[in-house]
Amino acid sequence: MPAIIDIENLGLDAGAHLLIKHGLAGVPVGGEILVTGCAPGWEAQLSAWCRAQGHPLAFSDGKARITRSDIHAGRWRGATRTGHADAQQNGAVHEYPLPCYGLAARGSTVEAGAPEFAFRLSRKHEVWADNSAELYAQAVAAQWNPDQAIDWSAAFELPDEVEDAVAQVMTYMIENENAALIVPARFLGQIHPHFREVQAMLAIQVADEARHIDVFTRRLRLRGRVPALSTAGGQASLKTLLDEPDFSVAGFLLSVLGEGTFVSLLNFLHAHAPDPVTRQIARLATRDDARHVAFGMAHLLRRLEHEPEFRNRLAHAVEARNDALSATSGLNEEVFDALILLAAGEFTPVAIAAGYSRVQALITDMAEGRLARLLRLGFEGKTAQRLAALHTRNFM
Amino acid sequence: MARPLVMGAVAYAPKVVTIWEGFKEYFRRHDFEFDFILYSNYERQVEAQFDGSIDIAWNSPLAWLRADRMALARRQSVSAVAMRDTDCDLTSVLVVRRDCAIGDISGLKGKTIGFGAIDSPQANLIPRDHLRAQGLLAGRDYTARRFDLLGGKHGDHIGGERDAAQALMSGGIDATWMIDGNHIAFSREGVLPAGATRIVARTGAYDHCNFTTSPDAPDELVTRFVELLLGMSWDDPKVRPLLELEGLKAWRNGRTSGYELLERAVDDEEFYDSKGNILASDYRY
Repeated sequence: MPAIIDIENLGLDAGAHLLIKHGLAGVPVGGEILVTGCAPGWEAQLSAWCRAQGHPLAFSDGKARITRSDIHAGRWRGATRTGHADAQQNGAVHEYPLPCYGLAARGSTVEAGAPEFAFRLSRKHEVWADNSAELYAQAVAAQWNPDQAIDWSAAFELPDEVEDAVAQVMTYMIENENAALIVPARFLGQIHPHFREVQAMLAIQVADEARHIDVFTRRLRLRGRVPALSTAGGQASLKTLLDEPDFSVAGFLLSVLGEGTFVSLLNFLHAHAPDPVTRQIARLATRDDARHVAFGMAHLLRRLEHEPEFRNRLAHAVEARNDALSATSGLNEEVFDALILLAAGEFTPVAIAAGYSRVQALITDMAEGRLARLLRLGFEGKTAQRLAALHTRNFM
Repeated sequence: MARPLVMGAVAYAPKVVTIWEGFKEYFRRHDFEFDFILYSNYERQVEAQFDGSIDIAWNSPLAWLRADRMALARRQSVSAVAMRDTDCDLTSVLVVRRDCAIGDISGLKGKTIGFGAIDSPQANLIPRDHLRAQGLLAGRDYTARRFDLLGGKHGDHIGGERDAAQALMSGGIDATWMIDGNHIAFSREGVLPAGATRIVARTGAYDHCNFTTSPDAPDELVTRFVELLLGMSWDDPKVRPLLELEGLKAWRNGRTSGYELLERAVDDEEFYDSKGNILASDYRY
């Protein structure tokens, strides 16, 4: 005796098909279920539904007898399983996810004949970092609200010259963070969504940079200043980052060399900025940028492990960038001077002397950091030193 | 290039071009030359079946009936060689608002009933015939309000049925006709809120479209055409989108046993005469 599904007074214009589908799922293809109901005209609705679904139907004794057809299963013949949602599982993340996986959640089953999407970055080795998920989770947990995390009303009074210097440094940092936002944002839309952990990491990196641009702007305006000067050389340096089409090379130049250097600058501001607001901002932004550097390093370490010759490409990129910028003046003189003043905190010879030596220490710290990261990436000592020295004088 | 089999189809919606271009590609993949001519209405298409323009036509049930009558009048013959699985055993239902007082057909006296396009078998001709058979005549026992849309498309464009369903919900009419499947479809679209309507009458079963051969259609090409149609598999991802667009899971051999209700309706409603001439004076296409 086949199972009886009583849809009672529920019509198929109100969801009764779900009860019937559930009943059919419980019998094999060719198996039968009986359906009964009392909604007006339920037989007509059931006939229409079975016709559309391809299930044979007959009525007798006030009951409908439905035979389960296998025609519906046809949609899933030749379907493709797209890895596994958990990247830790064996074979979860495919080396070459197919264009037809499209926007499907990784691990889902995709119908044959799905449209092909042209994601330019669709090879795992081109984008993957094994700790992407972990870094993303850290980033989510470390998000901060500028209104709560920063005491914008903290009391301080700076000499005009020093406040002007803060405005100039903020102007420079906004310019740099614009590059740090746009570079990952451009790649974000080109990455196959199969690499969702990388996609997520880039997305939150973009959000981080948007927040940095916002807080730098707010600090700049806190004492009524307007954005200061932007040099052609500084912008030329940043433009080379935007012009780089390769994900790994761009990440190397931006995150490993540029943002790595920027972390030194933010640490410097955290330690030596003349006011508490700037120091708080610098502390929070350092945490974010350090995470971006960690992602860039993790990706490159993985890629270089599988493709050691890619190191030559990275070295060449630094040289080419240096060549491209040879005609520019490097760091904005106003920025350099502003950093001295900002670290001095007062417009006196003694304070300026202290500020100057702090900036010198910053430059050394930046160079050492770059060298350390290059060595960590497996560059041989002399090459690492040469490349560290070729890095743009604009810092980023 | 081999002589193609030329098919006529009515362009009742833009998707028609996509569908038949897809079929053309499918036939070509199987080394079968096929082409199609689109007509703006079924009347012109059926007439073209008798002037040598087309070998076969994708006909509405009403167009099939006219082609059959015209062929008989000329001592020729046409055949229904294939149809969709979903063309078999349709019914139309009469729907009212759930809370109205109409309990069955007897409650329709003096009421306003919505119908689809004048040439719609499913939403006008067969439903009117159904009511007539139950002793109810338009103008005498009830007021008929037609939702005419795209004359000549034989109701393929379901806009008339949808407009009537909307009029039912807004209170403009007391009841309206639609294909059984459209009752569910309009509910899914939200045109008919879930559970807000009741079915109070249902016509007998009837068949819908078929591929109708023209009198001089080359047999060999028609045979191969039908073979290839029946070979289209829902399992094939290249074919499935075409079948989905055309609303079927599998093609079947044609049958003509499901047109009796429409035959009677066409005569009673004086739509065509026995030779396939158009009688309905207010029919524009």
